[in-house]
Amino acid sequence: MFSSLMGWVDARFPATKLWEEHLSKYYAPKNFNFWYFFGSLALLVLVMQIVTGIFLTMHYKPDAALAFASVEYIMRDVEWGWLIRYLHSTGASAFFIVVYLHMFRGLIYGSYKQPRELVWLFGMFLYLALMAEAFMGYLLPWGQMSFWGAQVIISLFGAIPFVGDQLALWIRGDFVVADATLNRFFAFHVIAVPLVILGLVVAHIIALHEVGSNNPDGVEIKKLKDKNGIPLDGIPFHPYYSVKDIVGVTVFLFIFSLVLFYAPEMDGWFLEHANFVPANPLKTPLHIAPVWYFTPFYAILRAVPSIAGSSFPGVVAMGLSIVFLFLLPWLDRSPVKSIRYRGIYFRTAIVLFVISFIGLGFLGTQPVTPLYTWLARIFSIIYFAFFILMPIYTKHDNDKPVPERVTFK
Amino acid sequence: MRTLIFALFFGYIAAISGQVMASSEGIHLDDVEVDLSDKASLQRGAKTFVNYCLSCHQASYMRYNRMAKDLGLTDAQVKDNLMFASEKVGDTMTVAMRAEDAQKWFGVAPPDLSVISRSRGTAWLNTYLRTFFLDDTKPVGTNNLAFKDVGMPHILWKQQGYLTHDEETGHLSPASEGSLSKYDYDVMVADLVNFLAYIGEPSKIQRLELGKWVLLYLFLFFLVAYPMKKAFWRDIH
Repeated sequence: MFSSLMGWVDARFPATKLWEEHLSKYYAPKNFNFWYFFGSLALLVLVMQIVTGIFLTMHYKPDAALAFASVEYIMRDVEWGWLIRYLHSTGASAFFIVVYLHMFRGLIYGSYKQPRELVWLFGMFLYLALMAEAFMGYLLPWGQMSFWGAQVIISLFGAIPFVGDQLALWIRGDFVVADATLNRFFAFHVIAVPLVILGLVVAHIIALHEVGSNNPDGVEIKKLKDKNGIPLDGIPFHPYYSVKDIVGVTVFLFIFSLVLFYAPEMDGWFLEHANFVPANPLKTPLHIAPVWYFTPFYAILRAVPSIAGSSFPGVVAMGLSIVFLFLLPWLDRSPVKSIRYRGIYFRTAIVLFVISFIGLGFLGTQPVTPLYTWLARIFSIIYFAFFILMPIYTKHDNDKPVPERVTFK
Repeated sequence: MRTLIFALFFGYIAAISGQVMASSEGIHLDDVEVDLSDKASLQRGAKTFVNYCLSCHQASYMRYNRMAKDLGLTDAQVKDNLMFASEKVGDTMTVAMRAEDAQKWFGVAPPDLSVISRSRGTAWLNTYLRTFFLDDTKPVGTNNLAFKDVGMPHILWKQQGYLTHDEETGHLSPASEGSLSKYDYDVMVADLVNFLAYIGEPSKIQRLELGKWVLLYLFLFFLVAYPMKKAFWRDIH
């Protein structure tokens, strides 16, 4: 009965083919470790953000006069509204935590390297789209930090020579962040950017399944196959990794729930205190800081000195700090993928990079002081040196020999 | 290597957690315990709130009947004892004073107190309400340690009495007797702050209650999911 039904469908739509190609006969290396949970977790968080977002949209009012009150209405008067809202707000930070760990995995195991350059590029575009999504979403509660954060970031476009002021005006739709800005950000946040994200997720996964997954050893499992053409070190994604990811999802949801139910504000890191004050264009907060996931780039922006009163060099540096991530597949000249077989240069470079990225993240949350500015400059130089010097230190590194097969205990 | 990476990540999380709300005046803030299960404290806080705060400040997102339900009161009890500014028990806590008038009288419109505990923090509120002192240079005759040059007069002067501020030592000392002892006044403020914390997030009561069950469920689910993974992977070598 079922097989004849599937036969009818398969003659018209490649349901079985898709299932096999992407799940039951997609052979993934058997040696995935802890770092390989975060791809599927990112997908989980994306679905959660979309579902909770749909329900929030039913009650939220994208109107400068009503937005703040409508969020409080959701928190108080809508049945389970508080849960939906906290799932969404905690989910935003969780998304970035999961994505940063996912990107870090790619970095240490060389998952961006040939033949996975497009997987990495689609992933980087996803990261950009995610930043846009988060930035526009953060304006919607219409609190003080929503308003002034958007004001500061949009004014960065104003630093671009000649066209800057016109460009910033065009983005805002008004001379300051206002109702027009809120309306268009709402449109982008609920439909435009999510569509882009969904499309890119499909491209990211199709590209990945075309070339196959990398692994902690950086060994291409497709090189060695058995007589049926199945990689010797490969196991079908389903059921092996589906049952493993269920465990990962359970642990993730446990930690996520601890935050969701017991510290949804995360002491001001996930929901800033100042955002419980309605947006007031006449009252600038003493200290404006973006949400934690943007702070490394914000610190780079502030670290670069202005030239002739223009903060444009900082804006360029901030842009470049992300552009360099896109170029990673072509900057890395080592024949070795995984950090397990890399030499001392790359290992040192990555430790310094992580320290500077986290250091910048911290500094971006703090008010400017002379000491912090100098620290931010040092970290920014290390951040850029990691990329600029990469062709040199990866080429001359004393890499170790890579085994034929993956290591698996 | 691996240990180092883990240390870096979790060290970072440890370093950034515990970000404190900065007091704009840089004074020490006395924190106070918030306990939303202490219904008696919340009821006393509600009484203080409707009698002393709700003449100028609103809590325009907070409904009377929601408060009744969460504080263990009946709608009738709330109507008779705690509702002076509204007609219907389903109304939110609004006041009749117009923002333009408030601007004229105090120089500033009194802020809505619905989520004041979430923007200012309970420690700040607890400090603010206990550190009004006499200051002749101010139109209302008082000033405040936590909120310099605040437009609000010392509303609870009858209970606390007036304090004077020694510029050199920074100490506050009583200038006149209040109707309450220092201890009783502190309790009154603590109850009020507890109530403000409650109206800041009434659903916190449900949140804390539901959280336990969700965590328990996930824990039990893990006890199923992990052996299942083990069983499937038994033949992978």
